[in-house]
Amino acid sequence: MLERRKAIATLLAKRPDDLVIVSGLGSITYDVASVGDDDRNFYLWGAMGGAAMVGLGVALAQPARRVAVITGDGETLMGLGALATVAVQKPANLAIIVFDNGLYGETGSQASHTRGTVDLTKAAAACGIGFTLEVDNEAGLGRLAELLGSYTETLFARVAITPTEPPRVLPTRDGVALKLRFRRAVGA
Amino acid sequence: MSKADSTWPDQLFAVLKAADIRQVGYVPDAGHARLIERCAADPAIRDVVLTTEEEGVALAAGAWLGGQRSALLMQSSGVGNCVNMLSLIKSCRFPLVMIVTMRGEWAEFNPWQVAMGSIVEPVLRLADVHAYRLDRAEDVADVAAGAVDLAFGGDHAIALLLSQRLIGRKVWVK
Ligand SMILES: Cc1ncc(C[n+]2csc(CCOP(=O)(O)OP(=O)(O)O)c2C)c(N)n1
Ligand SMILES: [Mg+2]
Repeated sequence: MLERRKAIATLLAKRPDDLVIVSGLGSITYDVASVGDDDRNFYLWGAMGGAAMVGLGVALAQPARRVAVITGDGETLMGLGALATVAVQKPANLAIIVFDNGLYGETGSQASHTRGTVDLTKAAAACGIGFTLEVDNEAGLGRLAELLGSYTETLFARVAITPTEPPRVLPTRDGVALKLRFRRAVGA
Repeated sequence: MSKADSTWPDQLFAVLKAADIRQVGYVPDAGHARLIERCAADPAIRDVVLTTEEEGVALAAGAWLGGQRSALLMQSSGVGNCVNMLSLIKSCRFPLVMIVTMRGEWAEFNPWQVAMGSIVEPVLRLADVHAYRLDRAEDVADVAAGAVDLAFGGDHAIALLLSQRLIGRKVWVK
């Protein structure tokens, strides 16, 4: 298992220029912000269950860029149907990366379904996402980091993280500002 | 339904094309069958079948972030499935075009449709979505075009409510 802040730092250490990020609400938004704010990041501060679908919309509109949705297990579970919708669309430039700590960290660390019976990677595969990865060590994380600049089909990766709660790094919560700067960054 | 009345889905399609809509999310509804068919047949439009309507709200936000215009088709019960996701639209002032086929009103046969159908307008109002109700085929093109202009010109969420009167009676026993 990986520590979340180290994992995000490794994942984005050599962030490709063409990679845009949509982050799920809560801890993951703080993780993504912790490696440095960036106009190509669209942080969600709500819209729980919507991260993968926001990513799909961007991916379809921007076929020349790669999109990484980085989100939590709880956020993914709320929009589990989105895995089915994404799989059917087969966006070659969309990666969904779930930092799975088996709990709802933001709200007091209550156990989530992935602590119980649910295997998100198998769920993604069952929906028809052909390229799935289980990442639970440094080597796997390094491979995923490389892939962020080279994947050519819909990618789903579950990153197993330890249940730590690092200090919060809060990017702006102004949704209009986040929208405008992201659109400017991608030339929309 | 008279013959003249049945052209409104094609008129709506023409409005979407004129507005350069490039992504269309939908959960199927019988009343939308023709419009869905037209969108799916158009190579410039990506039709995205959804498992639930709220996915389409998030899709619309993503499309706009990436520089494309989108529309979201659903029946009135789907409005209830969208409520929290509409906060994404309001918080970021995303444009949003919802095209909603109404149930639970004139000539309704299924009581289960009435509960949600009858609160669509207040729910949308509370969520800050401007709703335009369409009862007559001759109003469709003009009202739809103006509402779509408001969405993309005014950075706002709009909904076109296609009334059961406009769509026609659902045939229950075939
Ligand atoms: C619709 C909705 N329900 C509940 C919440 C409260 N909430 C905020 S974050 C969160 C849990 C997120 O868990 P996860 O995605 O696993 O992230 P983690 O903090 O564990 O990394 C919940 C339940 C919310 N914001 N919106
Ligand atoms: Mg979690």
